[in-house]
Amino acid sequence: MALDSKIPHGPIKDKWTDYKNHINLVNPANKRHIDIIVVGTGLAGGSAAATLAELGYNVKAFAYQDSPRRAHSIAAQGGINAAKNYQGDGDSTYRLFYDTVKGGDYRSREANVYRLAEVSANIIDQCVAQGVPFARDYGGLLDNRSFGGVLVSRTFYAKGQTGQQLLLGAYSAMNRQIARGKIEMFNRHEMLDVVKVDGKARGIIARNLITGEIERHSAHAVVIASGGYGNVYFLSTNAMGSNATAAWKIHKKGAYFANPCYTQIHPTCIPRSGDYQSKLTLMSESLRNDGRIWVPKNIEDAKAIQKREIKPTDIAEENRDYFLERRYPAFGNLVPRDVASRAAKERCDAGFGVNATGEAVFLDFATAITRYGKTQAKIHNIENASDAKIYELGQAIVEEKYGNLFQMYEKIVDENPYETPMMIYPATHYTMGGIWVDYNLMTSVDGLYCIGEANFSEHGANRLGASALMQGLADGYFVLPYTIGDYLSNEIRTGKIPTNTPEFDEAEKEVTDRINFFINNNGEYSVDYYHKKLGNIMWEKCGMSRNEQGLKEAMVEIKALREDFWKNVKVPGSANEMNPELEKAGRVADFLELGELFAKDALDRNESCGGHFREESVELEGEQKGEAKRNDTDYAYVAAWEYTGEPADAVLHKEILEFKDIELKQRSYK
Amino acid sequence: MNLTLKIWRQKDSKSKGQMVDYKVTDISEHMSFLEMMDVLNEQLVNTGEEPVAFDHDCREGICGMCSMYINGEAHGPDRGVTTCQLHMRMFKDGDTITIEPFRAAAFPVIKDLVVDRTSFERIQQAGGYISVNTSGNTQDANSIPISKHAADEAMDAATCIGCGACVATCKNSSAMLFVGAKVSQYALLPQGQIEAADRVRNMVAQMDLEGFGNCTNTGACEIECPKGISLENIARMNRELMKANL
Ligand SMILES: Cc1cc2nc3c(=O)[nH]c(=O)nc-3n(C[C@H](O)[C@H](O)[C@H](O)COP(=O)(O)OP(=O)(O)OC[C@H]3O[C@@H](n4cnc5c(N)ncnc54)[C@H](O)[C@@H]3O)c2cc1C
Ligand code: SF4
Ligand code: FES
Repeated sequence: MALDSKIPHGPIKDKWTDYKNHINLVNPANKRHIDIIVVGTGLAGGSAAATLAELGYNVKAFAYQDSPRRAHSIAAQGGINAAKNYQGDGDSTYRLFYDTVKGGDYRSREANVYRLAEVSANIIDQCVAQGVPFARDYGGLLDNRSFGGVLVSRTFYAKGQTGQQLLLGAYSAMNRQIARGKIEMFNRHEMLDVVKVDGKARGIIARNLITGEIERHSAHAVVIASGGYGNVYFLSTNAMGSNATAAWKIHKKGAYFANPCYTQIHPTCIPRSGDYQSKLTLMSESLRNDGRIWVPKNIEDAKAIQKREIKPTDIAEENRDYFLERRYPAFGNLVPRDVASRAAKERCDAGFGVNATGEAVFLDFATAITRYGKTQAKIHNIENASDAKIYELGQAIVEEKYGNLFQMYEKIVDENPYETPMMIYPATHYTMGGIWVDYNLMTSVDGLYCIGEANFSEHGANRLGASALMQGLADGYFVLPYTIGDYLSNEIRTGKIPTNTPEFDEAEKEVTDRINFFINNNGEYSVDYYHKKLGNIMWEKCGMSRNEQGLKEAMVEIKALREDFWKNVKVPGSANEMNPELEKAGRVADFLELGELFAKDALDRNESCGGHFREESVELEGEQKGEAKRNDTDYAYVAAWEYTGEPADAVLHKEILEFKDIELKQRSYK
Repeated sequence: MNLTLKIWRQKDSKSKGQMVDYKVTDISEHMSFLEMMDVLNEQLVNTGEEPVAFDHDCREGICGMCSMYINGEAHGPDRGVTTCQLHMRMFKDGDTITIEPFRAAAFPVIKDLVVDRTSFERIQQAGGYISVNTSGNTQDANSIPISKHAADEAMDAATCIGCGACVATCKNSSAMLFVGAKVSQYALLPQGQIEAADRVRNMVAQMDLEGFGNCTNTGACEIECPKGISLENIARMNRELMKANL
């Protein structure tokens, strides 16, 4: 099947408006006769479910947690972007669009990104109306901060808990619809397959995670909002249950998987401290507004710090290497995540790391605390304030801005970050790749939609901070409710979709066979044993830097690991009860397939792009020497993979990316 | 560290449960409590036993899913943290640790340490929202100015993660801290004032219906709350309720 992105014609700034003016609408009285399934209740799924119900459709929403409020979106810390230009610092729809396309290393779709920038301002209005307590300034107006990769302050935030507050907003909107009976909520349910009838998505098979019961649910359209697949690395900043199953299952039923190799490596995570670790914890990027990143200039100092012979504060200013400020004077500590991550790894690889394993750099707040302290002393008319007083005043400001993050750091690392600089290291965080969708957010299967982190559309090869929350809510509140109507306008005469059909029988059988296999396969190793092995291969060979040989090896190793998994995995307990090991087994089985496609995609993309440093593709000359080298002539496309049986045999479809409103340029943050 | 764990095992909501002893060895003080539980579970899987079921997801102290009663305290001995943020450095080599599910009539046990907290959901559905259309026809956000103080206070109330520790720790199994936090968030903001009276009445009525007890001002909830939600919120809820009933 050829890829048709269905991008509307006309000038970019009019596309969305014109499109909305011309799509087919569903009469309000008919919406009552249409059912929609939404899988996932994070920012994307939650906002979509609430809005679709508000419009009058019957919505069935699914989540594996015990409440929609606990979806992974809850963990987002830093903020959400919107081109409001409240600060009057030169922001505009175009600039947000430009920054996002550039920040995505010119691998996202212009039309989608423009639409995102356009609706971004509405998101803030919507959330404020719902009672989301965004940070305010003393005049009562909304406050903003700035994030990596941009030169304006457009990020709205609610302390370090922005995702939580936005999700609670969407959740409250959902609750209102649940109370009205317009949303039927299925907590602790996991979607295990999609059901297609005559080529259209018509339902899902789900497992009730409390009773183990397999259920059939039908609808006129299915929306997947199941989040990202970063847990393919085992260690990531994602919630433990985040998984690729819903996305992978629809891929196997015909939805193309786009750019699987695009994952984001986030520069400011707490470094790992041992083999037992189950996940990595992110320190919000907003910390880079005030924190300065450095390692010792002299290797002897670095060694002494690694052995804890000297303290970071013992190192004199002139012996510190503020490597981001040195290399990228224009953006300094606020360079985009890929640039910051690679630069940190480069210093650590060269031996300048600052923790026991040599895999950490400092994030230092001393300068900021003193700076704020001095200002505060002036504001409060304290003359000749002592250093201690200045520090105290400054610390209060830093605490107000980032207090909960500092507390979290202290709990995990057992060091006080007000006294000694934090240690950070890059970790897998967000996935830009995902299910391929057209401008309508529909996958390559009719009636099957995909929104939020689970799709591929807006972020290109590298996501700028605070743009994932924006995309999730844009998709759910403002885009999908229009585009899905266009499709559903042809469904008003369809009537209820029966679930006692051969298509449902077959899908259910596949699901039960697999569950029974796990339960009866008296193997030798636990699910985690395989997940950790997979994660290791992924990080070593498909991580921040990759090369042809490593990727080829990864494909072979993952396939072998998968074969071993299907022979030797052990899942205790039974199928008709709550069984967390069984849940994990299904998810890891899917990761073991996705991982191979991931490596295949990375192998195909012989260019450095975003967070992905292809060792064969590096600038050899000039000002950008040593930086990643993108190759627009050969790779300015979306790689959309079609499933044909084995991940290694997936067929590549290319959506050639056209840049009409932004000139493709070397991405420089110098 | 080597530890003895006494864990509540219960097959499902209908079965009777019992405490079972387990031993874990080589526990690092840097592990989180849940990572220690992972070690135990890996050990159980390897010997063909069923691992201990417990709820968890974010492991960052924000989703509110992890819920355990550890040595007689909700979320264990540390203050201001959830179980996933509790670190093993809080324990000593040779310790015996008792691990039970959150207990309250309105939180029935589903399996082992997993409890059903959907009663909280129903309370929110009874009115924990502002009735605004979600399709984007809202006024400009800055046309609703809110004092920084009010916004910060609303935010403090809104940080409740819905974990239920306040209920689990209360001798009356009262949910007032949780409901108070939610009511306060909206009470402090100008949005949604029109329905404020209905909101508090409906939420409180649902809370009673779910079988949560009443508050007798013991204050245990505030001490155990991982997010520092203060008793002030209960007082505010009571004031809101009185106002609504006037
Ligand atoms: C620590 C952290 C901090 C972040 N900070 C920021 C930030 O400051 N700004 C920003 O813009 N972005 C941030 N992000 C990224 C952002 O949070 C996510 O990209 C975004 O929240 C994803 O939302 P979503 O709705 O697509 O998916 P999720 O929130 O992941 O929701 C997935 C939903 O799908 C459900 N689900 C999954 N599989 C199934 C299945 N098979 N059956 C049933 N249900 C299923 C889950 O139950 C859940 O409800 C951060 C991410 C992390 C990890
Ligand atoms: S008030 Fe505190 S203890 Fe109670 S549910 Fe909220 S966060 Fe948990
Ligand atoms: S696992 Fe999310 S709060 Fe503990």
